[in-house]
Amino acid sequence: MAINYLNPLFEVVRNPDRCIKCRVCERQCANEVHHYDPDLDRMVADETSCVDCQRCVTLCPTRALKIRPNENQFRENGNWSQQIMDEVYKQAGSGGVLLSAMGNPREYPVYWDKILLNASQVTNPPIDPLREPMETKTFLGKKDQSIHYDENGKAVYEKNPYLELDVPIMFSAMSFGSISKNAHETLARAAQELGTYYNTGEGGLHKDFYKYGANTICQVASGRFGVFKEYLDTGAAIEIKMGQGAKPGIGGHLPGMKINEEISKTRMIPKGTDAISPAPHHDIYSIEDLRQLVLSLKEATNWEKPVIVKIAAVHNVAAIASGIARSGADIIAIDGYRGGTGAAPTRIRDNVGIPIELALASVDQRLRDEGIRNNISVVVGGSVRCSADVVKAVALGADAVYIATAALLAMGCHLCRSCNTGKCNWGIATQRADLVKRLNPDIAYKRLVNLVHAWDHEIKEMMGGMGINSIESLRGNRLMLRGIGLTQKELDILGIMHAGE
Amino acid sequence: MKKVYVNEDWCLGCHLCEFTCAAANSGAPDMIKAFAGGKKPVARIQIEEGSAVNFAVQCRHCELHPCVKGCISGALSVKDGVIVCDEERCVGCYTCVLSCPYGAIVIDGAGHKIRKCDLCTQNSQGEPACVKACPNNAIVFEER
Amino acid sequence: MLKKEGETRIPAGCAISGFINRSGRRTNGSVIVNSIACMHDRSNGLGGGYAGYGIYPEYKDQYAFHVFYDSNEARIKTEAFIDRHFDVINLSRIPTRKHPNITDEPLIWRYFVNPLPTKLQESQLDERTYVARCVIKINDKIDGAYVFSSGKNMGVFKAVGYPEDVGEFYRLDEYDGWAWTVHGRYPTNTPGWWGGAHPFALLDYTIVHNGEISSYDANRRFIEMFGYKCNLLTDTEVITYIIDYLNRRLGMPLEDVAKVIAAPFWSEIDSGRFSPEEVEKLRHFRNVYSSLLITGPFSIILGFNNGIMALNDRLKLRSMVAAEKGDTVYVSSEECSIRTMSPDVDRIWSPRGGEPIIVTLDK
Repeated sequence: MAINYLNPLFEVVRNPDRCIKCRVCERQCANEVHHYDPDLDRMVADETSCVDCQRCVTLCPTRALKIRPNENQFRENGNWSQQIMDEVYKQAGSGGVLLSAMGNPREYPVYWDKILLNASQVTNPPIDPLREPMETKTFLGKKDQSIHYDENGKAVYEKNPYLELDVPIMFSAMSFGSISKNAHETLARAAQELGTYYNTGEGGLHKDFYKYGANTICQVASGRFGVFKEYLDTGAAIEIKMGQGAKPGIGGHLPGMKINEEISKTRMIPKGTDAISPAPHHDIYSIEDLRQLVLSLKEATNWEKPVIVKIAAVHNVAAIASGIARSGADIIAIDGYRGGTGAAPTRIRDNVGIPIELALASVDQRLRDEGIRNNISVVVGGSVRCSADVVKAVALGADAVYIATAALLAMGCHLCRSCNTGKCNWGIATQRADLVKRLNPDIAYKRLVNLVHAWDHEIKEMMGGMGINSIESLRGNRLMLRGIGLTQKELDILGIMHAGE
Repeated sequence: MKKVYVNEDWCLGCHLCEFTCAAANSGAPDMIKAFAGGKKPVARIQIEEGSAVNFAVQCRHCELHPCVKGCISGALSVKDGVIVCDEERCVGCYTCVLSCPYGAIVIDGAGHKIRKCDLCTQNSQGEPACVKACPNNAIVFEER
Repeated sequence: MLKKEGETRIPAGCAISGFINRSGRRTNGSVIVNSIACMHDRSNGLGGGYAGYGIYPEYKDQYAFHVFYDSNEARIKTEAFIDRHFDVINLSRIPTRKHPNITDEPLIWRYFVNPLPTKLQESQLDERTYVARCVIKINDKIDGAYVFSSGKNMGVFKAVGYPEDVGEFYRLDEYDGWAWTVHGRYPTNTPGWWGGAHPFALLDYTIVHNGEISSYDANRRFIEMFGYKCNLLTDTEVITYIIDYLNRRLGMPLEDVAKVIAAPFWSEIDSGRFSPEEVEKLRHFRNVYSSLLITGPFSIILGFNNGIMALNDRLKLRSMVAAEKGDTVYVSSEECSIRTMSPDVDRIWSPRGGEPIIVTLDK
């Protein structure tokens, strides 16, 4: 047998004084890390396959378990980190592209954390959201300013298709296939209760979920999986996915083993075949082609639905956004480089794209400089982690945000970043029936609703502190922001002043 | 009357209900103590495992209650609709075990007695312990 | 070094007052000076100003530009620009009276002008847009020049100082108007720049404003898409531009303008108070003109070519009272200032937040 160069990443620490050998850990671990040894009459662990998903830790009734990073160390090297060396060993063994899941975990700057919010003092009163109305209702879509008045003084105006959100937070695209049916149901039911929208991703829409159509954004991506007239007609909006923050310039690949009966029907592909989304849309090689697809989809749905174009935040994002704002699309969704995914080549995920904060700031300013900010609403995603991030995003110029990782966390995800293995112990990123049933939507959707309600309360508190009682007065209100520890160049791009200025 | 019901769609077969039940009725203050030193307290709920379906079984507190009718020592009785066992009076004849159509009555070999679910009415749990312990809402305590 | 208006944003508290005579009867400027004098403590001597309507009947068809110059060079440059774009009918220094409390005055000039027809045609703009663009251009591009009044048959007079002293300085007792508004300023900084005083004016729109709007940058960044330049970084400036955009450029009546900038809360819109048609319109306004909603405390008096509009923010976070006596309507931060103008009014009330009072000349 060849040498296995890979050390376990984690160590399972079991406190024998607490362990009652109930074997819950054993039954709950899809990676088969734990097992009971009758000869030794104790639980033992094979740590090589542990992904630190924390399922066993969370369910252990006596809190006897801890998962820790493996303390074994290679000789320290500032250049050749243990992770880099491990990756070399892995590729030397497999000859393959490294795969990862969820968002870029590297320690790049998080600009949200370098921006501070304002509050009213003396010259302008803060507003108490418990005593006064505080509004977070948001409309997305083109905002045609023209109006005229007929001879009776009645206002005459044209209405563009729009989305109406009770909170400026939507759930971003995650396909049925990349996540389980129960996870999809959770998103759909939460969106309905919250008065917002979830997104089918490019996996089509399961028949059982057509009833949530009024809260559904139907995605059309390069593989066109599950796209047909009834699908387009069912959703509240259509999203054309040009790119994704986790893997700009890369398509998708759902392995055949995950294409079971239901996914096969929903995606409209044979059972067991790989679902491959090409990197480009093969009918869109430039902006004028995009315009044709936007208009075709509008034509197909009787010009009643807003069309979203989703792109990854890349270097020339402002120019691309400007083109999209003139393409007939109603909403642009920009996905930052920290955005999650079910699977992406590691090198792409960790090295391609730019932070959403900078992308948003430059897109919003560019659209205003060109006087076309009204043509389109701007939605951003790619690691919006908390209500303060939402407030900062809106103040930088976003109309609303997309969240996905935070939504998955609410369902139980612990960011072990192993979605690509298909063995999600939390029942989210898996199609294995015994694992899928671990996510009970009755529980999960309430947790997701709780999360967004909590954020909404916090958004209102922060707005009230600034003396703002409606989210539209926060939108693009960059005077409410100050940078901390940022260079002048970064401040210029963000369009904000430094703290103390 | 509120009873414990199980929805097999959500039962993961994790067996947490069994261990929690056993500990709750062991008289020990916590689970670690209940199982300390190799003790094996008996659970009044049991998971039936299959290839795809798991199901937790416990006394249905049925109206026919053949167990009560067949009890030779008068240990089993119906109290406010709940079938309870006076363990002092149980002589371990196992007539009830044989007559229960659900197989919900458990033998505690160590004490030569039977153990059965009393909806946690005779311990300090309040709501049945198995219901509280279920991580997936597969076990519920409700009126039907 | 302290930054002046336009280089930094300076919050300010204030007093405002104003009145209009519906029948067009003209009242001497000294009346409005007295009304603000009694609210002396609401200002701190760092800015005061007036807008009078109907004050130039002899030049009622010309645009009256009032301009501050820091230097003669700025004046020469500006006059060259004005000569290129307008036909100047009359020009002079604005007559002032030396006042011990008013110092560091810039050069203050007045021009009565008509747009040059050829230039106007070349620009492909309507006349008022053309004039507005020229004014914005002077203020944005010519260093040391600032056009602070540009309407027809109306004028703004403002300075650094207490408003009652400013009124004496500008000899307002020599002007008569059918409507007057006034502003006394309490800035939290000492910019000492005359252009920063209020009212703020564009064409015949003038705004006096008490408050500090929290939506400022959202409003500014939106309105600047439409050719406006917010040079002063003041609330008053951006509110003026918003009203100019909605009322003049989009043709929205002032009643609807109020529904955009002080939009009813959703709870009111959904309360069943409004007709379904009105609800539809209010929803549309809150969707399409959302970036023009003004939040935070404000009370404003807008003057325009044939009337005034007074408006509070929708929570009424600033005081404002209104009163009526015969065919005159008064609005002020405090009742006392109305009583100095008209001790026995017929009716006095406190308008609700977001409910505009619009008074126009009888025709």
